[in-house]
Amino acid sequence: MAEPVNKILLYYAHPTAHKSKLNKALIGAAENTTGVTIRNLYDLYPDYYIDIVLEQKLLLEHDIIIWQHPFYWYSAPSILKEWIDLVLEHGFAYGKGGIALQGKKVMTTITTGAREEAYSKKGRNRYTIKQLLAPFDQTVYLCNMTYLPPFVVHGSLLIEQESLDKAVATYKKAIISLRDDLFDEEEYSKIKYMNELVE
Amino acid sequence: MHNQEFFIQALVYLSAAVISVPIAKRLGFGSVLGYLIAGVIIGPFVLGLIGKEGEDLMHFAEFGVVMMLLLIGLELRPSLLWKMRISIFGLGGLQLFISTIAIGGIALLFDQSISEAMAIGLILALSSTAMIIQTLVERGQIKTEAGRSAFSVLLMQDIAVIPILALLPLLATEVASIAGESHGHDSVNMIFGYEIIGWVKVALVLIIITGIVLVGRFLARYIFRIIAQTGLREIFTATALFLVVAIAVVMGMVGLSPALGAFLAGVVLADNEYRHELEVNIEPFKGLLLGLFFISVGASMDFNLLIESPGIILSLLAILIVTKFIVLLGLGRAFGLHGGQGMLFSFVLAQGGEFAFVLISYSLQNNVLNPEVSGILLMVVALSMAATPLLLLINEKLIMPRYESSPDEADADTIDDGETPVIMAGFGRFGVPVGRMLIANGIPATILDNNPDNIDILRRFGFKVYYGDATRHGLLHAAGCETAKVFIIALDDMDKALHIADYIQREFPHLEIIGRAVSKQHAYEYLKRGITNYELDTFNAALHISIKALTKLGFAPYQAHRAAKIFRHHNKAIEKELFEHYQEDEVKYLSESKRFAEELEDLLTTEQNASIHEHDTAWDNSSRIEEIKKLQEEENNSKE
Repeated sequence: MAEPVNKILLYYAHPTAHKSKLNKALIGAAENTTGVTIRNLYDLYPDYYIDIVLEQKLLLEHDIIIWQHPFYWYSAPSILKEWIDLVLEHGFAYGKGGIALQGKKVMTTITTGAREEAYSKKGRNRYTIKQLLAPFDQTVYLCNMTYLPPFVVHGSLLIEQESLDKAVATYKKAIISLRDDLFDEEEYSKIKYMNELVE
Repeated sequence: MHNQEFFIQALVYLSAAVISVPIAKRLGFGSVLGYLIAGVIIGPFVLGLIGKEGEDLMHFAEFGVVMMLLLIGLELRPSLLWKMRISIFGLGGLQLFISTIAIGGIALLFDQSISEAMAIGLILALSSTAMIIQTLVERGQIKTEAGRSAFSVLLMQDIAVIPILALLPLLATEVASIAGESHGHDSVNMIFGYEIIGWVKVALVLIIITGIVLVGRFLARYIFRIIAQTGLREIFTATALFLVVAIAVVMGMVGLSPALGAFLAGVVLADNEYRHELEVNIEPFKGLLLGLFFISVGASMDFNLLIESPGIILSLLAILIVTKFIVLLGLGRAFGLHGGQGMLFSFVLAQGGEFAFVLISYSLQNNVLNPEVSGILLMVVALSMAATPLLLLINEKLIMPRYESSPDEADADTIDDGETPVIMAGFGRFGVPVGRMLIANGIPATILDNNPDNIDILRRFGFKVYYGDATRHGLLHAAGCETAKVFIIALDDMDKALHIADYIQREFPHLEIIGRAVSKQHAYEYLKRGITNYELDTFNAALHISIKALTKLGFAPYQAHRAAKIFRHHNKAIEKELFEHYQEDEVKYLSESKRFAEELEDLLTTEQNASIHEHDTAWDNSSRIEEIKKLQEEENNSKE
């Protein structure tokens, strides 16, 4: 098979992955896909000892980075923050001479317990997903990369099989489209979630 | 010299077994047929190496059956036995009843009197426990549905031997009373007399059974512990043998089947922590005695009878097997044994048994049967036993393939005898925390240890501990290595640990080995065997001591902790390199006295060349500060 247009590095952070139904199904959609490397952070680094050298090498070898995780306290589970703290080093990812990641793209895939309406000015969470993801957006920006619209699945706590199957199918399609560079970049500014481009 | 004669005898038996059993196994017949053929060859008919004494030997060797039932009992907890009550009494009882009537009915057609026919029916309804269990175990079919049902039937037959022994003399009395006076008071008194003796007997039997249960339940573990504390393996073996012989003697005194008593003792001891060690000790004796028993059955076959009237003997043989087979097939179906399982069940039980030898000679003594009939019956029973392995072979090769699903069926219904996913060898200073951690997380573990002192306490706290030296292969089999997933070696002796690792890798390749290494050399020996899941037993404790030291010296707690974490991973990397050195120059490590010094030097040199990956720069701001300073300087410069 020919080399994929974009090689994807998918970071999966879920401290109780064995209990998760939705995230397990989503990661299942990405497994065994050509051109997609999955890094299960809690499996690889159960003691939080992150191999910085190896991680940086992998980043260099891929074009698109995906951070997939449940949306804990409007952010990521702690190991992903640890990864960001340690791997995106000054002089490598940002700062003077830190241009190693220039031009790469990053997408966040999150699952939230609350429904979409909760993430609005009048909702319980008061801010939109886009607003809450600002720290990630800015991190990516500072590292000279492009932050793509997020892939979001809401209402994970009471999700029904039908919606779950649909989410999985959409996610798979989105990953393949990213890999094969099928999206029109102009569309990114017009949409809220990446899901919209493939649904 | 008397001894010389004994040795020559032993030589004959042993060489017959050593030569014929491997050949029989290679040909797919199983060991039982091999022993039988060996017996025929050395018996009076072929080589004539042994004569009449073969029969005495047979009675002695029947003791193997007693041992076998003890071992079977050890595998069956009382709760499991209770679950089998329907198949024991229902299936087993009906098999005896219907087979007796069917065979007795056929005997009537052959002009036997009613009492003779009844005796023949009772005797031939029994099957061969020794032959069947040995064969089923050898083929791994004992835990299948058919195997379990066959076992239930055999158990019922063993129980039934006692009333049959009581009944046979009565049959003779009946013949006498019909021939002699009308219904005199004699026969009534006779029966009445039996009842009186019977009551005393019943009381005695109850006392003895209660005794076995009480001793087995409450006293045995203390006795075994005291014996184990001596640390002398042969004394433990002697105790195990004593146990079996004592049961046989006591049961014999009240006229009960020693096999039944041994089985009862086995069931009582099934929960005992010395159970596996007991199994390992009795197993070889059982095997040898059973082998001897089969040889003597082979040697006692009177082929002259077969040559004189082959037609009668062979047709009787066919009638016996077909009758029993049909009864079994029907009953099996009624009790839910379908397809291949029903076939196996019927084939395996369709022969006469070793009890027939005892009962036939007993009937002869009591004038129930005449010598001519007895001789023919003996020959038919022996031939039917010899035919069993052949019938099973036919079943396996020709009939079983028609029931494609039978292997699954067999797997689905196996006896759960409480085997655990984890087995750990060694339960000392190192094994205890490992075991605690497993139990705390709800993982049951089987623990093998040869320190009898702790076993009692540990058992009370929910550990499944068994006494025994884990390097003994039998113990590893008995502990459930076939079904476990993980085997933890927590021993402090490198040679023993590696011995176990080698054996497990050879016999149970599915088992994941996790090893405690007591030295670098030990770790390398694990690596050499492809075992990467090992831990140097002192390393983590040393690391934590160093964390404490760093903290006392002013390191922030997290900084010290992280330093240790980095060091730990760095050490893994170094170990790989050191292992290569080890493989290049293993000899260097063989001299015990030099070992540590050599190791240390090698370790420190490697460490020097491959120091910890750079400096830990996590959360380090120095490069950013420098960058900002530079920017400020530039700004200042441009202002000036």
